[in-house]
Amino acid sequence: MKYLDEFRDPDLAKRLFDEIHAITTRHWALMEVCGGQTHSIIRNGIDKLLPDKIELIHGPGCPVCVTPLEVIDKALAIAAHPNVIFCSFGDMLRVPGSGQDLFSIKSQGGDVRIVYSPLDAVKLARENPSKEVVFFGIGFETTAPANAMAVFQAKQQGLMNFSMLVSHVLVPPAIEAIMASPTNRVQAFLAAGHVCSVMGYWEYEPIAERYHVPIVVTGFEPLDVLEGIRRTVMQLEAGRAEVENAYPRAVQRQGNIPAQTILKQVFEVGERKWRGIGNIPNSGWHLRGEFRQFDAAAKFAVEDIQTQESPLCHSGEVLQGLIKPNQCPAFGKECTPRKPLGATMVSNEGACAAYYQYGRFVSLESITS
Amino acid sequence: MTVGVDFSEWVCPLPLRDYPNVIMGHGGGGKLSAELIEHLFMPAFQNNLLETLGDSTIVTVPQQRLALSTDSFVVHPLFFPGGCIGDLAVYGTVNDLAMSGARPLYLTAGFILEEGLSLSALGSVVERMGAAAQAAGVQIVTGDTKVVEKGHGDGLYINTSGLGVIPDGVHIAPQNAQAGDVVIVSGTIGDHGMAIMSVREGLEFDTVIRSDTAPLNHLVAAMLAASNDIHVLRDPTRGGVASSLNEIARSSRKGILIDERKLPVNPAVASACEVLGMDPIYVANEGKLLAIVARQNAEAVLEAMRQHPLGQQAAIIGEVVEQHPGLLVARTGIGGTRIVDMQIGEQLPRIC
Repeated sequence: MKYLDEFRDPDLAKRLFDEIHAITTRHWALMEVCGGQTHSIIRNGIDKLLPDKIELIHGPGCPVCVTPLEVIDKALAIAAHPNVIFCSFGDMLRVPGSGQDLFSIKSQGGDVRIVYSPLDAVKLARENPSKEVVFFGIGFETTAPANAMAVFQAKQQGLMNFSMLVSHVLVPPAIEAIMASPTNRVQAFLAAGHVCSVMGYWEYEPIAERYHVPIVVTGFEPLDVLEGIRRTVMQLEAGRAEVENAYPRAVQRQGNIPAQTILKQVFEVGERKWRGIGNIPNSGWHLRGEFRQFDAAAKFAVEDIQTQESPLCHSGEVLQGLIKPNQCPAFGKECTPRKPLGATMVSNEGACAAYYQYGRFVSLESITS
Repeated sequence: MTVGVDFSEWVCPLPLRDYPNVIMGHGGGGKLSAELIEHLFMPAFQNNLLETLGDSTIVTVPQQRLALSTDSFVVHPLFFPGGCIGDLAVYGTVNDLAMSGARPLYLTAGFILEEGLSLSALGSVVERMGAAAQAAGVQIVTGDTKVVEKGHGDGLYINTSGLGVIPDGVHIAPQNAQAGDVVIVSGTIGDHGMAIMSVREGLEFDTVIRSDTAPLNHLVAAMLAASNDIHVLRDPTRGGVASSLNEIARSSRKGILIDERKLPVNPAVASACEVLGMDPIYVANEGKLLAIVARQNAEAVLEAMRQHPLGQQAAIIGEVVEQHPGLLVARTGIGGTRIVDMQIGEQLPRIC
């Protein structure tokens, strides 16, 4: 496949692995921020081929994982309304709320649909004027511009039967929260390439300076991830702490200006609760006042729903890199992808699910030797 | 002229069989049912055994071991690039029989029709079933039709059951995989699942992805002619190659190690999977098989497969090992390894 096979070349990968082995002299703990990177690392077996001295900590960048339980409960309450067509990206359907998931709502007669773009939900609203169409607007800066565009278009077209349950989160405040934590172990970040393709990477420059932490904008294919790791280790070994762009084919320093413009028009920054982490100031997007009529939480009066997490679930510590998924006492026992306690076990991109699916209990060294 | 009737618009009352859609009466056992059988099913499935129209059909089979299989088909939409529910209904059961090494002989067909289904759609499906049966060399010898009220079905559901005979000396079963055996796939993977996905979800790609639905019994016969010492055969339908190989690993208590780079994938399927965040190894096939064969017979079997139109892209993709019993492990494109587990439910498109 053109533009992908080039970044999966085994010979070039080997050269990068060799170089990383050659430059690494001591233990380093790197955090890959994005769930897509975690997925690529585990799926390609990159972690097994890196020097033992390099520890990869899987970051909080999986939108499915950090969406708070109560937001999922709100989604379930809305989706159960008889007059609602509830639209979501596919992998949110299996995320359990405190009682059930969207699949169960669907089996009980709820009209729950997978869409591939929020604009498809706008189209549904136009085609079904007697129904309320609700889109589950979650994700990071990557999915936010399209969601903003959907709300913007709904307003322009006067589609009062469209609304969005918004739970958008932002990466830079989460990185700051991790660095400011007294238990922090992270020494460098692989920044999420696709988030930076929208927002650019200038926002990370003050963070790198304040916390003296290298931040390397990194893509998702194996060679992208390896190049990100190589550049990060080079900085750490040299005592540098800069923002570097190892994903220039998709990312520019200033980001995607039209996308940022629509974001500013529709959303404003405010406090947001992260599953497993808690409230982080200025870490989320909310609909601006002039778009409030598209806020599904207000429209369906579910704003007051509050939910407690399972006490067995340690996904918060996993998301902060304090423990590995398989160090959680519930991992593979009370908590499996079939019966997930926390969202990190649900999504393909979730660190726990990735460990369970691809690494599980078996030492891969014993398999390949 | 009789007052009150406008003859310019008047037509003769339609013969019953000319209803354009299925009505409840088509399942009532009366004249409508009889006409459906006579005019729609019989011409498509024509054979002497079916024409007896008894409550059961009497068949004679050779004195060999018999293989029986049944499968139900609920695919939506009914028609998709490369085939329709009728092809799947015939080939699905034929292939299940073929995977035990059986020579499929007879099929039964049960239809559940939703009131309102257009008779022309039903006619096309049934016609395709007749053609598919002919292509597979089987006879549809008995059947049943029921009609459910509108809203109680998805247009058309089909169940087929099949009967086949297993040649002497052929012993094919999932638990027969042995360490050292090689794993062969008959061609590109993931075509059917992505063909259905692209029409069901209205996804438009530059290239139309076509289902691979096809009868595998002739391919299996050619393979068995090359070597009747084939240990395992599976057609990787729902859950794809990953699920079938996991099942074989568990049944045989052996490990299976495959090389991801050797999996044949149609470029359009690979691209569609990338776009949707899916993995072709989990995507359904309807005209492909996995074979596990002793290493010394692998070349002969592979050669026989490549001579057959349905096996031209056959490839060795891995091996059975003593290590990691019950697990499927893949060597990744860049030389790493990963465990390929079964999916929990269906594969869901990822958010980003």
